Amino acid sequence: MAVAQENAYPEGRSLSPFWTIARRDSLAGFLFIAPQLIGIIAFVLIPLGLVFWYSLHEWNVLANTFTYTGAQNYLMLIEDESLVEVLGATAIFSAGLVVMNMSLALLLAVLLNQKLAGIAIFRTLFFSPVVVSLVAWTIVWGFLLQKNGGINGMLLMVGIEGPNWLREETTAMISVIVVQVFKNVGLNMILFLAALQGVPKELYEAARIDGAPAFKQFRRITLPLISPTILLTSIITIVGSLQVFAQIAVLTQGGPGLSTTVLVYYLYQQAFQFHFFGYGSTLSIMLFAIVAVLTFAQWQMRKRIVFYES
Amino acid sequence: MKADLSPRMRTALYGLMCVLLIPFVFPTWWMVTSSIKPISDIFAFPPQLIPQSYDWTTYSKVFELQPFVRQYWNSAYIAALVTVGTMIVSSMAGYAFARIKFPYANTIFMIVLLGLLIPSEVTIVPLFQMFLKAGMVNTHWPLILVPIFGAPSVFATFVMRQFFVTLPAELEDAARVDGLGRFKIFRKIALPLARPALASVAIFTFLHSWNLFLEPIVFLSSAEMFTLPQALTQYTDAYGGPMWNIQLAAATLTALPVLIVFVIAQKHFVEGLAHTGLKG
Repeated sequence: MAVAQENAYPEGRSLSPFWTIARRDSLAGFLFIAPQLIGIIAFVLIPLGLVFWYSLHEWNVLANTFTYTGAQNYLMLIEDESLVEVLGATAIFSAGLVVMNMSLALLLAVLLNQKLAGIAIFRTLFFSPVVVSLVAWTIVWGFLLQKNGGINGMLLMVGIEGPNWLREETTAMISVIVVQVFKNVGLNMILFLAALQGVPKELYEAARIDGAPAFKQFRRITLPLISPTILLTSIITIVGSLQVFAQIAVLTQGGPGLSTTVLVYYLYQQAFQFHFFGYGSTLSIMLFAIVAVLTFAQWQMRKRIVFYES
Repeated sequence: MKADLSPRMRTALYGLMCVLLIPFVFPTWWMVTSSIKPISDIFAFPPQLIPQSYDWTTYSKVFELQPFVRQYWNSAYIAALVTVGTMIVSSMAGYAFARIKFPYANTIFMIVLLGLLIPSEVTIVPLFQMFLKAGMVNTHWPLILVPIFGAPSVFATFVMRQFFVTLPAELEDAARVDGLGRFKIFRKIALPLARPALASVAIFTFLHSWNLFLEPIVFLSSAEMFTLPQALTQYTDAYGGPMWNIQLAAATLTALPVLIVFVIAQKHFVEGLAHTGLKG
């Protein structure tokens, strides 16, 4: 029946009473979203349920035991002394990354928004690290940051003896942040640039006639008008910063000590190096909670910070 | 934004931008030039900004030490499949969420958006167990299926939806009067108009797949199965220290083709991504 009517559809008007346009649309809608919805159920929702289930168990891979222990893994979170350091490192990394990334992106976008000949070449070059393979980018920075590497070599030429960047706690953290900022700041830069170009020029003309200095124009006109983009990019950047793994794995392996062991790296170590799948799952739940709370908080802040929404 | 700049201001801006460019451009230059220096020169002092002598044998070692051609192919075909698959899945879903009225559409959209909140790192442990049970560990299936259907494609679906929402309804009404079915309207009318959005989806999906690191090292265990990011870190000496010149040569081979494509097509790259952001 249905097949015959599907064929009859080109005539449009000769539909059976059951296959109304609304019903056809419902069917089409479900078919269109089916691959995505099934994927989300299979690869996001079920795993999320499982990770919570695992987190309530002690899972010994070698002895092949899987015992229900209730909240014990969650109590371990409190007793785990390393975790305090890990969360500290995660907070410093994310905060440093977001602040540096957002301010550099805004600065570059303002520069690229000037009327200058050849500005497109600068735009291309500032953006280029985004398309350089992440691990390749990380390897060359790791090479530059060696004790006898390129950066210290150039510092020595001006008479400064540089530190062993990746082997000292403070400089290791700064290094992993900086490597990540230069890799990805181009994305936010382009989003900011697009937002800046969307600010009506008449507003600046009016402000100039009123004699407002450039800085005031930026604070009173530019910032409020691009605030939706700032909010969007800050959410993306913060969530992204919590997922940083390759850079840590390649540059510092979380060291020295635990100084650059961010939560994702710690989770990977616990689950896949030490085979504590139960505790690893508990850390996953914690990561999920942090992402959810931060996203929710920023979404709430939009009412206060965002000047208008398009 | 501003009236014409004074010559002095102009020079100052150019100068500032050139200084700021150093950390963006120099690493790539250093990677390429160091990869062709003889091993004795790569840590030379003073640093050689331009190589004084060349050693091309490093590049042949890249291929001798690991099945690098195979690993290159792995990364390339996985990225290609994921890109095409994501474009299909997310353009269909994005279209339906934007243009088709069906029951629970909003609820389902919210459920799908949950994928944005749940980075794949959160679900890596159960995903590993699921693929282990399915006998798919040390195959490429997890690196193909999860990005196309799972959390990474949600952002693409969101971008496509934001684009399809802006299409004028009259376009479709006319097609419906002509008796076109939903799928034909999607394929013949909506999809061709969505090229800019599809291009940006393709770009960031490709880069995401090309850069994946955690998933390959969790799921893959044999050298012939490795993808490039994972393979690059495997050029190590007997003590586990990196063989810098070989790593840099392999990194150059990995980075340069994408970089060249970018420079050729950079207008589409940058503008495509900018539009994505504006509408986001």
